[in-house]
Amino acid sequence: MVPRATFTSYYGRPVVKPSPWEADIPAYFFLGGLAGASSMLAAGAGVTGRPSLRRTARLGALAAISASYVALIHDLGRPERFMNMLRVAKPTSPMSVGTWILTAYSPLAGAAAAAEMTTLLPQRLLGVGRPLRAVSGPAGVGAAVLGAGVASYTAVLLSDTATPSWHEARRELPFVFAASAAAAAGGLGMIGAPADQAGPARRLAAGGALVELLMERRMEASMGITAEPLHAGRAGRLLRASKALTGAGAIGAVVLGGRSRVVAVMCGAALLAGSAATRFGIFEAGQESARDPRYTVVPQRQRLEGGGARVGRF
Amino acid sequence: MSVRASGGLLGPLNPARGAGWQDPPPRKGFFTDTSLCIGCKACEVACKEWNRIPEDGLAMLGTSYDNTGGLGASTWRHVAFIEQRKPMRMLPVANGMGDSPASGAASDVINPARGAADFRWLMSSDVCKHCTHAACLDVCPTGALMRTELGTVVVQEDICNGCGYCVPACPFGVIERREGDRTVHNAGVAQKCTLCYDRIGEGMTPACAQACPTESIQFGDLEELRERARERVGTLRAAGVSDARLYLDDQKDGIGGGGAFFLLLDEPEVYGLPPDPVVSTRELPAMWRTAAVAGLGLLAGAAAAFAGRRR
Ligand code: SF4
Repeated sequence: MVPRATFTSYYGRPVVKPSPWEADIPAYFFLGGLAGASSMLAAGAGVTGRPSLRRTARLGALAAISASYVALIHDLGRPERFMNMLRVAKPTSPMSVGTWILTAYSPLAGAAAAAEMTTLLPQRLLGVGRPLRAVSGPAGVGAAVLGAGVASYTAVLLSDTATPSWHEARRELPFVFAASAAAAAGGLGMIGAPADQAGPARRLAAGGALVELLMERRMEASMGITAEPLHAGRAGRLLRASKALTGAGAIGAVVLGGRSRVVAVMCGAALLAGSAATRFGIFEAGQESARDPRYTVVPQRQRLEGGGARVGRF
Repeated sequence: MSVRASGGLLGPLNPARGAGWQDPPPRKGFFTDTSLCIGCKACEVACKEWNRIPEDGLAMLGTSYDNTGGLGASTWRHVAFIEQRKPMRMLPVANGMGDSPASGAASDVINPARGAADFRWLMSSDVCKHCTHAACLDVCPTGALMRTELGTVVVQEDICNGCGYCVPACPFGVIERREGDRTVHNAGVAQKCTLCYDRIGEGMTPACAQACPTESIQFGDLEELRERARERVGTLRAAGVSDARLYLDDQKDGIGGGGAFFLLLDEPEVYGLPPDPVVSTRELPAMWRTAAVAGLGLLAGAAAAFAGRRR
């Protein structure tokens, strides 16, 4: 056993401040990932002629991205000033970059979903939606491409801070988040589309789950003592639940998902819940790491004394 | 650390020029010499009064004479008190007019048998560092945090939308979103030291430095303050105070040096300061590259999910 490093602090008070963010922010990370990867499923379903999967993914993407705006605005100290986000575009601010990605993504995802809704109109009104349906293909492809940004930039947003367990996760967190997004979107596709159309959803879910679990392992191994909060308390419970749900959902999807609709729906729900638990768990772990001066002081001391494992490396 | 060596997103070491000011005046800053601090908290009070900072709790922390705890939305100067089982030394005063036990003059217990106190007080007035590479400013998505022509970092309170990103970004835990309902001045907005932008713009001294009775807090042109600090640390070392050191005076450190820097008598973490702070922007280019690979991987994975089989 490695002895706990001794360190000095000012009466045990934190050195850095935890973010003032609440559940809105991890919920937004989950919803953004779900939306981004769903747009990819939707585009693929459109090209390969899977109307039911396309409908689920397009409507799911719009619902998720709309809910994320609610969360993003609700989290502000001055919600009425949300539009100030669009005053500037700053590559040094992942939140600024993300806002602009969302600003480009949302209308495209919205157009694709609106076109989908017109297919549900009564027969004699179908003509109304024709122009919208004509552009929905290219719009959907655009949403799929930008969806990659929506699903992965949020990891940079967390890592570009002095919060120890977020910053030290920076090498693997984008992969964890992107893969978790794939698992969630795959799960939603399995819930909404019949088994004979949901093959790509099952494969995306299983692949996402596998990559997520592997990258998270690697992340924990590379974080030094700042990995501790990932295993403790609420964060630990959430991340254990995430692994169980994601693993079970993926195995179910591969083994039985193609045969039983009931199993497919249950697996899809487990994958969605697992993805949400990943975001909440990592969020919570970071908040805890900021509250304990150990996670700020010890890695910096090790760096100064040259004992750190990754001196001078990303 | 040059812009290039850092990977491209850090500004130059002259931050005002980097922010686009033409021919900026000399950079202003604070040199806080903690060897002269007597823990009177005049700076805390003067800062609160001048900047109309609301009351933020009257708690007893029960650890020392410090009931403020740390910097925050409504505390822009904070005096730390550390009681140590280490011998006190007679420190030279700043102006060379003789010796005084400046480290806790009033409160050290002199043991005549040994000729020295058997414990010492460390007192230090903390403040926003007005970093050369300021994480709070870098991550701000609205441009509410800005670099002034004097090289300082201030929040434009009418622009800030309270996103809160600067709070976890600051490596020192300085900036904070002010809580409270709409009756509280600037509630919901990020708040921190402005280096009294309103006062120094009029040629005045910041409220804390003005109120400090021992010149522990010194305000002026940063270049000159750095020189003065090097001299002071030399004087202290020569007088046998071997643990005297400067903190954030070095432009090669992880934040490009502080506009506010310190003379400390112990390791930074003893005062609640990070020993090796680094602005996260330094690694941001690599983080963007990693996210791009992950995002493209996700796209490729989604495409692969449709390849081959028809169901
Ligand atoms: S100390 Fe913190 S709040 Fe002050 S300029 Fe540096 S990053 Fe910003």
